[in-house]
Amino acid sequence: MLELSSKELQRAVEELSGQKVFACYQCGKCSASCPFAAEMDLTPRQVLEYIMDGRVEVLNSNTIWICASCFSCMARCPNGIDISKVMEALRQLLLRSGRDQLDLLKIPEADLKEIPQIAFIAGARKLIG
Amino acid sequence: MKVLYYPGCSLKTVAESFERSAKLAMAALGVELVELERWNCCGTVSALTTDDLMHQLAPIRNLIRVQEAGEERLVTLCAMCYNTLKRADLWVAQHPEELAKINAFLDEEPDYRGKVRVLHLLELLRDELGFATVKERVVRPLTGLRVIPYYGCLLLRPREVGLDSAENPRILEDLIVALGAEPVDTPYKTQCCGSYHTTTHKEIVAKRAHAILSSAREHGGEVLISSCPLCSFNLDNRQRLVRELYDGFAPVPVLYFTELLGLALGLDPQAWISEQHYVDPRPLLEEHQLLKR
Amino acid sequence: MSEREEPRVGVYVCHCGTNIAGVVDVEEVAKAAQALPGVVVAKHTMYACSEATQREIINDVQQEKLNRVVVAACSPKMHEPTFRAALERAGLNKYLFEMANIREQDSWVHKDGHKATEKAKDLVRMAVARARLLRAYEERELPVGERVLVVGGGIAGIQAALDLADSGYKVFLVEKEPFIGGHMAQLDKTFPTLDCSTCILAPKMAEVARHKNITLLTNAEVTEVTGFVGNFKVKVRQKARFVTSECTACNECVPVCPVAVPDEFNMGLGLRKAIYKSLPQAVPAEYAIDIENCLNKPNLLVCEKCLEACSPKAIDFEQPREKELELAVDTVIIAIGADPYDPSKGQDYGYGKYENVITTIDFERIIAPTGPTNGKLLRPSDLGKPQRIAFIQCVGSRIANPELVGNPYCSGICCMVSIKQALLIREKLPEAEITIYYIDIRAKGKGFEEMYRRARLAGIRFIKGLPAEVLENDDGSLTLVGENILLGELYEHRHDLVILSVGLEARKESEKVQKLLGVARSSDGFFAEKHPKLEPVDTATTGIFLAGAAESPKDIRESSTQAKAAASRAARLMKEGKIRIEALTAEVREEMCVACGICESVCPFNAIHVDGTSKVTEAACQGCGVCAASCPVGAITMHNFTDEQILAQVEAALAERPEEKAIVFTCNWCSYAGADMAGTSRLEYDPSVRLIRLMCSGRLNPKFVLRAFELGAAGVLVTGCHPGECHYQSGNYRALSRFQLLQGLLRSLGIAEERFGLEWVSAAEGERFSQVVNAFADRLRRLRAAPEEQEMVEVH
Ligand SMILES: Cc1cc2nc3c(=O)[nH]c(=O)nc-3n(C[C@H](O)[C@H](O)[C@H](O)COP(=O)(O)OP(=O)(O)OC[C@H]3O[C@@H](n4cnc5c(N)ncnc54)[C@H](O)[C@@H]3O)c2cc1C
Ligand code: SF4
Ligand code: SF4
Ligand code: SF4
Ligand code: SF4
Ligand code: SF4
Ligand code: SF4
Repeated sequence: MLELSSKELQRAVEELSGQKVFACYQCGKCSASCPFAAEMDLTPRQVLEYIMDGRVEVLNSNTIWICASCFSCMARCPNGIDISKVMEALRQLLLRSGRDQLDLLKIPEADLKEIPQIAFIAGARKLIG
Repeated sequence: MKVLYYPGCSLKTVAESFERSAKLAMAALGVELVELERWNCCGTVSALTTDDLMHQLAPIRNLIRVQEAGEERLVTLCAMCYNTLKRADLWVAQHPEELAKINAFLDEEPDYRGKVRVLHLLELLRDELGFATVKERVVRPLTGLRVIPYYGCLLLRPREVGLDSAENPRILEDLIVALGAEPVDTPYKTQCCGSYHTTTHKEIVAKRAHAILSSAREHGGEVLISSCPLCSFNLDNRQRLVRELYDGFAPVPVLYFTELLGLALGLDPQAWISEQHYVDPRPLLEEHQLLKR
Repeated sequence: MSEREEPRVGVYVCHCGTNIAGVVDVEEVAKAAQALPGVVVAKHTMYACSEATQREIINDVQQEKLNRVVVAACSPKMHEPTFRAALERAGLNKYLFEMANIREQDSWVHKDGHKATEKAKDLVRMAVARARLLRAYEERELPVGERVLVVGGGIAGIQAALDLADSGYKVFLVEKEPFIGGHMAQLDKTFPTLDCSTCILAPKMAEVARHKNITLLTNAEVTEVTGFVGNFKVKVRQKARFVTSECTACNECVPVCPVAVPDEFNMGLGLRKAIYKSLPQAVPAEYAIDIENCLNKPNLLVCEKCLEACSPKAIDFEQPREKELELAVDTVIIAIGADPYDPSKGQDYGYGKYENVITTIDFERIIAPTGPTNGKLLRPSDLGKPQRIAFIQCVGSRIANPELVGNPYCSGICCMVSIKQALLIREKLPEAEITIYYIDIRAKGKGFEEMYRRARLAGIRFIKGLPAEVLENDDGSLTLVGENILLGELYEHRHDLVILSVGLEARKESEKVQKLLGVARSSDGFFAEKHPKLEPVDTATTGIFLAGAAESPKDIRESSTQAKAAASRAARLMKEGKIRIEALTAEVREEMCVACGICESVCPFNAIHVDGTSKVTEAACQGCGVCAASCPVGAITMHNFTDEQILAQVEAALAERPEEKAIVFTCNWCSYAGADMAGTSRLEYDPSVRLIRLMCSGRLNPKFVLRAFELGAAGVLVTGCHPGECHYQSGNYRALSRFQLLQGLLRSLGIAEERFGLEWVSAAEGERFSQVVNAFADRLRRLRAAPEEQEMVEVH
């Protein structure tokens, strides 16, 4: 895990995302809107609570990699928090320290032929530092 | 009318039927789609961190190309390109200091002046041609065809980029009605298809596709229309995996909205339909007698 | 005191225990005051507001022949009335008093004792300079009669009308609908006691109809209001009812009427005829014809079914469709209530799309015995008995994201509404599964927590975590998708009926009513009270009061409480028979007036008119000073805020080291109070600022600003209420346009535009005040350090 204090985590997330994380009042609408919540070990709402509580373990969660930036959560957050940007900030914290999540070489040949390029580029942008 | 348009990479490869049908259908409506010269990758996903200027460069460079062509608007087909280009454009408009930095960085290019408007082809149809005009041009109304409009994420969100209401969009429904077909409402029409997880987490995508398509079937839909090569791939080609994973799944053909438009305008679908469709739409079109000229 | 008399000023510097003296060297301040021109006495005292010091002041006034008094202590909002009263006791006019605020604006916001002391000296110098120019004013008295207009016939309007009528005042109750009662008439049972709404409301409504002192005008709307307290002229347009008082409420007409339209009283869930009554107990008791939907058109009788059926011959199509009435009243009570939030605006949870998604107000009609299902709890899609029922809380409330439809505040009532309705369902369907999805349960009120507990004991499930997706299933049931926050698990729950707990929002008509009456609304759209704590039912306009949900979301008890308070506030004015008006009005020096009419066009209160020369209607003038700041020839003097007095303050503030000081003009209501708030919250800010209070930011005469720059001030900052929140309605917009004009002028004078700023600060925004001031001071400091660079720095 990255060596970060609680405060550093909070500051880094707020700066990178430009979002006021502490405005979250834990309504759960983001989790309720997220089509991938079932696949996540922390729901989007929990990610917010973890950050507010200064828990650096949030960076170990699979949630930040499952999030596909679909913007469903931010479109409904009553407090105007763009959660997709919060997720991106967490990803970037790891990616910028060299923790890549995708190895393009491991993608099967057949897929390489038929999957649209935008999927590869998007994947690379989200999962490689 | 000539309109400058941005194809993007996927339309040149796996989504050829999207580009071909669009060009033919628009030509039938009297609009020539003129490809932007020297376009580059749109950037594909928007930069979401405050300090990420690097990833604004690609979209902005495309907008500079438009400026060079002496045009003020650029039409896109792919929802992902639409979202990325438009979002970058709005972002630099809101952050003039950052635009100055980008311009300085792209020193081999002329400065971007922020005068280009990024449009999706659907907006052109709705706002400039008008669905009423489209309706008048329909020679083969798609009567009885029950179509699921699928928006996905990038046509609608975030709100500032969205071409319609994020919660209750109407634009595809209105197009479907104009073409004589019947729109089928499903609660999944604005939910994510799984996006780039198709590269590494196919099963997540299959789960999404299963949810979206079964709901579509349950509500009586026969064919789903999309405006994104990645959505189409995930919802169409990934049906192979969906069938493996979910018993009793009935396949649903997936078309680009431009294909539906072409059909209603009386064009011969053989001119664009390729083997790139996983679920062959032809039997359904046959059934509705849409293949005969 | 004659005008020419030499000023003899007494200055009293307060320690306020250690509140002031702990930071400011009060002795030194008093000593410095002694040296100021006109000062005869300068003392420091432990507690200036104590009876002992007041007596000392009175004594000094008499012994030393003081004719002006300055107290340097806390905010005038705190103790100005105390000292003015002392002056009156000493036989001195109360307008000859001035306060220097060295606590909220100084000792509480600065830590550096030296700087704070220097600032206190400046503040006292400014106060003395102003005091020397103060003049005595007599407050005028206006007669106030005994007639009151109540706008809105909901429970609040009814309660206020009855209390006033019982006390002998003449009440005109104007209700836009054909029947009174407002939302309360739509309710089945009411929290927290579960008594039947109609049972407690009907007798009150009947009393309104019977009362000899109440003139009930239904189907009526106010269209014009002019005048002022004691002399309001009101125009009312009343639509015809076409049914006379001969009506015996026999109901013979209803079955024969061929027209059926959706019943708005039942939230469109049932139908009613064109001749109808909302409830059997409705008041007035006469039926009403909804002429928009009746088959008969003006002068064209095509249907006479009801005419024929009516044996007492109460139906009269000869009535003119509309009539206009003119009323003269002395006071006004606004009681137009609130609208339940309409979820189809935000398209929340499929309302309007899925039949079995309804709101709590729809539900009231469904379970009311007088409703479309005669009180049977049936779900709309198939009239089946719902077994799994969900409530979703906070629909349209607590939405701080401006991109979404909805209101930022908590509506306060909807938690209790859902709890009540859940208990009512439990009574009717003991087997039903009832779930309330919530964020926080707000049950503050007498008996509320007890009711919440009862609901829990009754097995009602409370799930923390709002759903966001509603999926409709083929059988009409609905699946709610969300997260159970306490378990950290996702849920997908099926329900037969989903009830959206909607909040209350400002009436659609609020803006119209606001304009008619010239009162203010707060940013949430509700009518604004004069003071949120101490004057909760007064408006800023004397003689106009607020009652019920028109002021903010309220339950019945709070609406009644406020209505009764408003009634007694109105009665207090009318009982006195006269009112004293603060002498802050405008005065035109007619010999200077060139009759250009600008003042007339800018006055927000219609209080100044050009008739030969300009003349002020003193009773209507609220003293904002917008006219005085606009008059091109300077013909208007503002009592107690004259140009000379304000200029004297500017000059005194800049007497020493002007290049280090910034003048901050504040309006009395928002930004001055915001500065006080910064003080009470001990929020430190830059000690270089000197505040000058105006009544309204619109009072800002460009010459004040020019004078400050002429004297070398580092900067000038103008502050006022946020747009839309001006105490005088539009004064701050005037300030804004004047600010923009001045910017150009300053530029042409070679004054860097960053030295002049404009910011909006509300009374509650202490933090914002300190931030704004700090940012401005920073900007000035940077400018001084590098004058040629002239960086653009934004103040937020
Ligand atoms: C679903 C629901 C359930 C509730 N249940 C409870 C409960 O159990 N217990 C409880 O204590 N409270 C309850 N309340 C709150 C209660 O309804 C309000 O407290 C109460 O109605 C407020 O009364 P009011 O007179 O201020 O406003 P309203 O009831 O809104 O009445 C205002 C009146 O003014 C009239 N009017 C509006 N504009 C004009 C105009 N321009 N000119 C003339 N007339 C006008 C309207 O027609 C209306 O008759 C509930 C509210 C809702 C929405
Ligand atoms: S929707 Fe917004 S406020 Fe609600 S839990 Fe998620 S981040 Fe917090
Ligand atoms: S942006 Fe990420 S967290 Fe938000 S709803 Fe989409 S996948 Fe879930
Ligand atoms: S006259 Fe009008 S109200 Fe009377 S019965 Fe006919 S339609 Fe109904
Ligand atoms: S009262 Fe309850 S339901 Fe209503 S807005 Fe407040 S918290 Fe939400
Ligand atoms: S002071 Fe204000 S209210 Fe009075 S006349 Fe002037 S503009 Fe009108
Ligand atoms: S603005 Fe001044 S000069 Fe013009 S009419 Fe009013 S008082 Fe007279």
